[in-house]
Amino acid sequence: MLLSISENIIKILPIVRFELYNEEEAVFLTPTNSIVNVMQVLKNHFNYRFKVLTCVSGVDYPENLYRFQVVYDLLSIHYNGRVRIKILTDELTPVHSIQKVFPAAGWWESEIFDMYGIFFLNHSSLTRLLTDYGFQGYPLRKDFPLSGYTEARYNVTKNRVVYENVELAQEYRTFEFISPWEVFNKK
Amino acid sequence: MLAAHKLMLNSSLRCKGSCYLASRAMAGTAQSQTSALGKLDNVEEMLTGGGNVPVADNVEYAISRVDDLVNWARKGSLWPMTFGLACCAVEMMHAAASRYDMERFGMVFRASPRQSDVMIVAGTLTNKMAPALRKVYDQMPEPRWVVSMGSCANGGGYYHYSYAIVRGCDRIVPVDIYVPGCPPTAEALLYGLIQLQKKIKSNKGLLLRLRK
Repeated sequence: MLLSISENIIKILPIVRFELYNEEEAVFLTPTNSIVNVMQVLKNHFNYRFKVLTCVSGVDYPENLYRFQVVYDLLSIHYNGRVRIKILTDELTPVHSIQKVFPAAGWWESEIFDMYGIFFLNHSSLTRLLTDYGFQGYPLRKDFPLSGYTEARYNVTKNRVVYENVELAQEYRTFEFISPWEVFNKK
Repeated sequence: MLAAHKLMLNSSLRCKGSCYLASRAMAGTAQSQTSALGKLDNVEEMLTGGGNVPVADNVEYAISRVDDLVNWARKGSLWPMTFGLACCAVEMMHAAASRYDMERFGMVFRASPRQSDVMIVAGTLTNKMAPALRKVYDQMPEPRWVVSMGSCANGGGYYHYSYAIVRGCDRIVPVDIYVPGCPPTAEALLYGLIQLQKKIKSNKGLLLRLRK
């Protein structure tokens, strides 16, 4: 069922790459500039009817040429199937918003813009969604430090909350979780 | 209930300490142990005074009694500002619900900062929320107190190294009582609030102003 649908999709849509995980998770890689058309067909074609956009997410692979991936998860209630569509992009390449096809994508695209700095074209309000007002940087990029660059403190003389450079009393520590008891037991 | 009993015991011990009204205090102790809500106990505290302040003369004595009266009134009607930020808020609700029932200590949750005396910062304080927290604190009428509830509000806790978190709400507002835990139980929060009552009870504002 899934395989026949996948073959069908590969025939009629500009799919660059197809991956199948656990014999039930179909993943399609499409060209970045064709995402709106692909979504339009998958949503409205009689054989697919992927009417529900479950999730849009971003991934950062700093070592790749196109470091970001945007992943769209689709659900077809009519045919009881799910597919995953991926596109590649980087800091400078904008992605077309699929808000016209799936209005639900608006929030997620704002969130991805907030967290990764991926720019979406034709988005109705591409603003920061989660981070602080006036926040600088994109926190979910791999090169963003965990503790960020600024921290908030109330300044008594200025009578407002001010932002200062991060100053940690204790550095972030990573722990090794190898228990000495387990080694002991093996002997 | 245990905590209330503890409070009674403490107050009765202190009554014994001041020999001035010792006989009265002893009589009061017997009464207060029978009263479940501790109303009589509070009157007794009002008469005998909390803390061991050595008084010099009759004027100071009278002023310290006024202090005690004010303190008694303040600690008997601590109205907390509802400031639930995360999972700690659920424990705060438990403390307010029928099992622990904060209302028997005169604590009624208010939805407006202008009607409240104490703010319970219950949960993770994010950078984005910090100006709002300070604004709410500034809107509270004086005297006002702050209870920091849980690891996140105390010092960032689990999110200490995050880019979006205030590492302790004492960077934004002055804190009176820190309640540890992740999240603290309703019992722990109640204990913290009773500690706050004790702190309020030991206030000697008028007496100190007189001495100045």
